[in-house]
Amino acid sequence: MLKVRASELFALDLETLAQEAQRITRQQFGRTIALYAPLYLANYCENQCLYCGFSANLRIQREKLGPEQIDSECAALAATGIQNVLLLTGESHRHTPLSYLLSAVETVKKYFPSISIEVQPMDTQDYRALVEAGVDGLAVYQETYDKELYARLHPAGRKRNFQYRLETPARAAEAGIRQISIGALLGLGDWRPDVEALFEHLQSLEKEYPGVDFSLSFPRMLQVEGAMAPCIVSDADLVRIICVARILFPRVGINLSTREPAYFRDHVFSLGVTKMSAGSTTTVGGYAESMEGHDAQFSISDERSLAEVKAMLSSKEYDPVFTDWRRM
Amino acid sequence: MDELIIGGRKLSSRFLLGTGKFKSKQELQEVICRSGSEVVTVALRRIDLEKNEDNILSYIPENIVLLTNTSGARNAEEAVRLARLARASGHGDWVKIEVINDSKYLLPDNAETLKATEILAAEGFIVLPYINPDLYTARALVKAGAAAVMPLGSLIGSNQGLRMKTMIEVLIAEISEVPIIVDAGIGRPSHAAEAMEMGADAVLVNTALATAGKPPQMAEAFAKAVEAGRLAWLAGAGDTSALARASSPLTGFLHA
Repeated sequence: MLKVRASELFALDLETLAQEAQRITRQQFGRTIALYAPLYLANYCENQCLYCGFSANLRIQREKLGPEQIDSECAALAATGIQNVLLLTGESHRHTPLSYLLSAVETVKKYFPSISIEVQPMDTQDYRALVEAGVDGLAVYQETYDKELYARLHPAGRKRNFQYRLETPARAAEAGIRQISIGALLGLGDWRPDVEALFEHLQSLEKEYPGVDFSLSFPRMLQVEGAMAPCIVSDADLVRIICVARILFPRVGINLSTREPAYFRDHVFSLGVTKMSAGSTTTVGGYAESMEGHDAQFSISDERSLAEVKAMLSSKEYDPVFTDWRRM
Repeated sequence: MDELIIGGRKLSSRFLLGTGKFKSKQELQEVICRSGSEVVTVALRRIDLEKNEDNILSYIPENIVLLTNTSGARNAEEAVRLARLARASGHGDWVKIEVINDSKYLLPDNAETLKATEILAAEGFIVLPYINPDLYTARALVKAGAAAVMPLGSLIGSNQGLRMKTMIEVLIAEISEVPIIVDAGIGRPSHAAEAMEMGADAVLVNTALATAGKPPQMAEAFAKAVEAGRLAWLAGAGDTSALARASSPLTGFLHA
């Protein structure tokens, strides 16, 4: 049923979709955009995703922030006005285990009223501990829902287990995580079946966990970043995907990161997006001091400061929201 | 207009406001001023307790009653915790209980709302619970010490008007101890007037204002509609009839 509805929508004229998606978004969320920033704690990784800059087989400088560095990164980021932070690591049970994450959260929570994580998938009890510590949100992307392609792209590490990753959002929801972001990495294969499978994944999660705020991310590979040449998803296709997502899921959050260039972000956000990152760095460290020359997980296209993104939103008559959720 | 009394406080406006979805906080401020509203609700989770520049509270005039709401609470326990935090952080003791455990329809959970109301009313809060219009729940809320009952008109944010009309009429007819405030779904001034003509004591509006072309002007339109509806209720509307009834009957002479 959802698949039929999705393919009917995908077949519609793009302008019609955009008009409808914008209407629904304004009705549901008003003229507001929540802002957040990523904070990379570490880049150690045990996986070898063929498309990723942190892949275990790449010879990059591996780093992990210690307690004092985390503190100074948080201080610098919080001083920009950001209140909602997404903590990221590579996926390494050895270098960034639960204990490391718990102690990081202890520090981070002094600075930010809302903390989300994007780290290696874990068991329910680990998520429970993180919720206790003060984590509200989780991002985990299936990358692709095509099992064969998934197997080819993930030759090593625990990430090879497709099913365990697929069930991660459900484990997090069971553990009491309130905001869960799922997504597919666009450009790995044909986007249509992946996006449709993502929608089905979301639908089943919504049914099982009605109290969770789910959101969708559509990270797109804009250039060759690893050894693999991606199937490029065009701007028009991404607009189509965002609009159809909004129409199918009127209440779901949609995130838009700084992977996307400024011009594209400025024009597309009003069509369905609810949350944007701004003033981001994707190196380990980088807020407290410049990390030029250090290795990033992916390259940022929109390099504007938080203040610039905020000014852009205000000029388009949108309210940039910093506090839309606080841990209580 | 006649006064509305909630929790012992006299209010001259029967128009309450929500504060979400506006394009800027300046606009929200204009809307509040132009609406004449004396009570506005803000989600505690959206209040910037660090008091940064975008703190929503700095745009709400001081004479306005701040009705913090427990948006984000999924059960009674969380709602109670939020309400206590609101009071402890100096945001007063007026609280709108919002317990929602469905992100898709955002429908309130009446059973959990009742539990939270029982606890908070006993602790001296002025409790305004937001519910699905249901008579049993409303009666229990009154017994629990609620200061008002706030039934939804239709799905929140939908602007669909009074889809729950019959059930709200039942509440209006049966609950006389506390005010009935229609909250959620009111999308047009005519919907607000309709609720007031039915005998609702007040309405709470948010999305209809935030998504209007000119929110401050729409706030004034709503204020007038609320006032007109209230006056009409007080005036006592004439009956409706399926047949035409002449205003000067032709057979009146027979009874002269």
